[in-house]
Amino acid sequence: MRELTLHILDIIENSREAGADLIKLKIFEQPEQDSLKIFLKDNGSGIDEDKLEDITNPFVTTRTTREVGLGLSLFKQAAERCGGNFYIKSEKGKGTEVMVEFPYNHIDRAPLGDIITTIISFIAVNGDSIDLIYRHKFKNREFCFDSREVKKELDGISIQSKEIISWIKNYLKDSFAEIYGGEN
Amino acid sequence: MKSLKELKELRNKVQKEMEMRDQSTKPEIIVGMGTCGIAAGARDILKAILEEVDRRNIDLRVTQTGCIGMCEKEPLIDVKMPGKKRITYGNLSTDDVKKIIAEHVINGNIVKDLVIAKHED
Repeated sequence: MRELTLHILDIIENSREAGADLIKLKIFEQPEQDSLKIFLKDNGSGIDEDKLEDITNPFVTTRTTREVGLGLSLFKQAAERCGGNFYIKSEKGKGTEVMVEFPYNHIDRAPLGDIITTIISFIAVNGDSIDLIYRHKFKNREFCFDSREVKKELDGISIQSKEIISWIKNYLKDSFAEIYGGEN
Repeated sequence: MKSLKELKELRNKVQKEMEMRDQSTKPEIIVGMGTCGIAAGARDILKAILEEVDRRNIDLRVTQTGCIGMCEKEPLIDVKMPGKKRITYGNLSTDDVKKIIAEHVINGNIVKDLVIAKHED
């Protein structure tokens, strides 16, 4: 995967398959501390304790449950090839949490990529059934998008409607312009 | 979150448009979004579909699925027209997507050279 956002999209797909209806995504960019952190947390079915140990081994896959496969191993590899770290925590019946940490300035760190398209694609297809809380921090500035807040205003209209998706896209664009302040 | 008020105006607009549509006759496009699909470019395919839907103002349901076991044919999509067989297209580029929407979704003609499977359901 060429972009970290593609890994994010992939892990979110795991959450969807695990029956999650709430996904939390946090991206913290701290270039001065040479740190980029990505947190993903869902309330899906979780992973068995004995499977969790081997979950990032590409040759361990339980395709019948469709919960593991190459996705997590590729994400882990993306972190480790530039000296980063990958953590996973999961509890059966409660959900799964993934935390990946990268050295921000490492030459082998994949670029974050097109996060707006990633978020928008996910909501346009799954927004009615899965909620997303997305927090992005750059240095000391941050914003938070919560699809549940948007839905409150929509009064039954689908969040997947073209017009709403386009509004969210502009909202994210403005929010990024604000936190990057012309720096990125 | 700021500017949530704008959403209220938008909501009224969307509501009017929805009343005019017949919900039971919606075509559906299903995008393969497993690891294999994403690695092969499924996000760009999905983006192209959403852009086409927006540009042509078509009433279409877009959904996603995981890996369906035809990883080597990714990126792939299924097109399901109301009352018709589900058609799977594979090895797609974003230009192919535009072609499929124009020919299959709008005109009802299957794009034969891009088809990899047909389903009965």
